[in-house]
Amino acid sequence: MSPRAACRLETLGFTAVYDYTAGKADWLAAGLPTEGTATTTLRPGALARTDVPTCAPDETVAIARRRVAASGEDRCVVTFGGGVVLGVLDQSALAGDEDTPAVDAMRSGPATVRAHEDLHALVGRMRARDVAAILVTDPDGRLLGLLHRDDADAALAQAHQTGRQAR
Amino acid sequence: MANSLHRDGVRRLVAKGAQLVEVLPAAEYDEEHLPGAVNIPLKTLGTETIADLDRSRPVIVYCWDSL
Repeated sequence: MSPRAACRLETLGFTAVYDYTAGKADWLAAGLPTEGTATTTLRPGALARTDVPTCAPDETVAIARRRVAASGEDRCVVTFGGGVVLGVLDQSALAGDEDTPAVDAMRSGPATVRAHEDLHALVGRMRARDVAAILVTDPDGRLLGLLHRDDADAALAQAHQTGRQAR
Repeated sequence: MANSLHRDGVRRLVAKGAQLVEVLPAAEYDEEHLPGAVNIPLKTLGTETIADLDRSRPVIVYCWDSL
């Protein structure tokens, strides 16, 4: 639809026309701000904790362990190139040899969700699979935060009481 | 043919004064749109509806996704 709109504008005499081809879906998935009646909708991106400990692939388990201890979280996310998620150091990896580089100790390819996913459905899936927390990334794989199921449950319960919509 | 923009390019260009135009139907725009975007549904795009756009500034159009 937007390519046709861009062409139409050019035929109408506009000379600097650009097409954001990935569109609104991409914007929402990246957790970026919006305007409109749905902006109070509960979403994973808004509920995710953003102070997640991270480390670079070549940093050691010892460094990751210190960051996790200071954060109150139970894992360290291994990121590269501006925050792209490579893997996760969970409790078992963090308990391993402290001189090992994160890239050699991490669990690769952890599950991630987009910032605008349906929160109700996501929490249902997390509960069914006994997942306590899940990474939220943008469409480019960059870390946005960590969504805790307890946080989502609490927000949904409060929304239920106040009639707020969850999506 | 208009140039395609990535999300980061959209943000950069908007910061420099580009205009955002959502071409989806009004109900979808009302529900949620990019900050500062105006709504000109594709079916209504014409001389009258673009009158408020500034021809001296870049225009970025978008819909839901690339499909």
